[in-house]
Amino acid sequence: MSLKLTLHTSPDVPLEAPCLNPDTLAGMTADIVAAQKVMHGNQAASVGDFFKVAGKANGTLELEGDLSRVKYIGAGMQSGILNVTGNVGQHLGAGMSGGDIRVDGDAGDWVAPEMRGGRVTITGNAGHLVGGAPRGSAIGMLGGEIIIHGNVRNETGHAMRNGLIAVGGTSGDFTGVNMLAGTIIVLGDMGNRSGAGMQRGSIVSMNPAEMLPTFTHACVYRPEFLRLLLLHIRSAGLPVNDDHIEGAYDRWCGDVVEVNRGEILLLNGA
Amino acid sequence: MKINGVEIDDTFAEAFPMKATRIIITAMNLKWAYHAANALRGFATSVIACGVEADIEHELKPSETPDGRPGISVMIFAMSTRQLAKQIPIRVGQTIMTTATTACYSGILDSEETVPMGRNLRYFGDGYQISKVINGRRFWRIPVMHGEFICEESAGVTRAIGGGNFLILGKTARQVLAASEKAVEAINAVPGVITAFPGGIVGSGSKVGSKYAFLGASTNEAYCPTLKGQVKSELPENIGSVLEIVIDGVDEESINEAMRVGVTTACSYGPKKGIYRISAGNYGGNLGPHLFYLRKILS
Repeated sequence: MSLKLTLHTSPDVPLEAPCLNPDTLAGMTADIVAAQKVMHGNQAASVGDFFKVAGKANGTLELEGDLSRVKYIGAGMQSGILNVTGNVGQHLGAGMSGGDIRVDGDAGDWVAPEMRGGRVTITGNAGHLVGGAPRGSAIGMLGGEIIIHGNVRNETGHAMRNGLIAVGGTSGDFTGVNMLAGTIIVLGDMGNRSGAGMQRGSIVSMNPAEMLPTFTHACVYRPEFLRLLLLHIRSAGLPVNDDHIEGAYDRWCGDVVEVNRGEILLLNGA
Repeated sequence: MKINGVEIDDTFAEAFPMKATRIIITAMNLKWAYHAANALRGFATSVIACGVEADIEHELKPSETPDGRPGISVMIFAMSTRQLAKQIPIRVGQTIMTTATTACYSGILDSEETVPMGRNLRYFGDGYQISKVINGRRFWRIPVMHGEFICEESAGVTRAIGGGNFLILGKTARQVLAASEKAVEAINAVPGVITAFPGGIVGSGSKVGSKYAFLGASTNEAYCPTLKGQVKSELPENIGSVLEIVIDGVDEESINEAMRVGVTTACSYGPKKGIYRISAGNYGGNLGPHLFYLRKILS
């Protein structure tokens, strides 16, 4: 039996609980897990104050309840599986380097900031700055995969340096802003000013988007690497159809205000 | 032992350890995948002088390739991983990358050893190459004049066996060639094996060494029909032609199966169609640790 934590008391203010990951709780009994420290606002508290704990850690951690006020779930995770049934708060999977997080619900801002490896899957929507850099940091996610089935808000992939963000729905403004490298795929519409300040990396959308004047149209072609990516995210459950895979794409190069090595690929509907 | 009236010699094929890799070539259509595959396997009949032995393994449906396009699996064998590492980047760069619309992937994953492909070829991009890691595999996008050439970072290497073989002995060259062609067709359906010589058939089987000190291999005069009477021939009066089929494979089981179906198919022609005898090439058990006894395989 895996370790299962069920929320019995909703926190009044944000609860910071970086201990809620399979690595930290590995081998612990329910009593020890319940005694783990968390921060309720500026007050120290324990896991048991908010969660009913059952089972024993075996590499898989199950969380249940509306955790939209619980921050840093899965932070620093290196291995194992973390399944959440319900919404989660900010900084899910912050700095994680491995393992698999799946949220059946929505996620708050800053999904997996400074992530280095592993995978995060959100079946609902996510907030601002998915995979983005925390305030004060110049670099966002460094590797791994973030799969969002729903919509995301602004600054997705802000300053990301590597890895993949795939969005099944729409994205807000400034998708891939200041991006250093990596890949963002948005199957729905993208907001304004996508790729602003990007140095390298790829932003892909299946819908028309208004390009900044600092991007140059290169050509229309069929990028084979995109087939690999699209088949991969299709296997992850995103609604990629054959037109996406077989289609031709407009390639825009930019941002010339930076080193001009980035690209935005837009499915050519013609 | 006889099969359909064809004598099976009480002998064995002697094979030796090799290293192999499998490369998946995809293209806009099979025609262009074949252009690349045929170029890649060109001049790759024998490690004696070519460095590697290579052949097309089989076609791949779009659902079987990494990028969902039609493809071809090519297997390449060499005496060592070092030899493969020397040959693969050169061959992939000069044959697959130069073929329009192609991409190149490793057909062996999670292996202990790898040989470079995109890791070396990326420099052709002259600084404009882009790396993408997808599901733990690194691919290089090299901008080229037809668009982009996609090449996986490296190809996996596996232990393999080279030198499985059998000889088809018959009345005339035409009859032996007909039986050999059918045998190769049957072998091609066996997964994990290749027949690297042109058409899968060796017209000039060799022995180790030569009267000339500078030559490592020379004609196998004991099986040359024109030399009966001049040498200690292995051929009786009724044998006018001998062809050899050499098989490399990923393991003993695959070579066993390839030899079985190949010999059985050749024997189906029988003496009435000029096929009299099946033999095999060996070096007295002194060359390789893998011995494939004809009668055991066929029993």
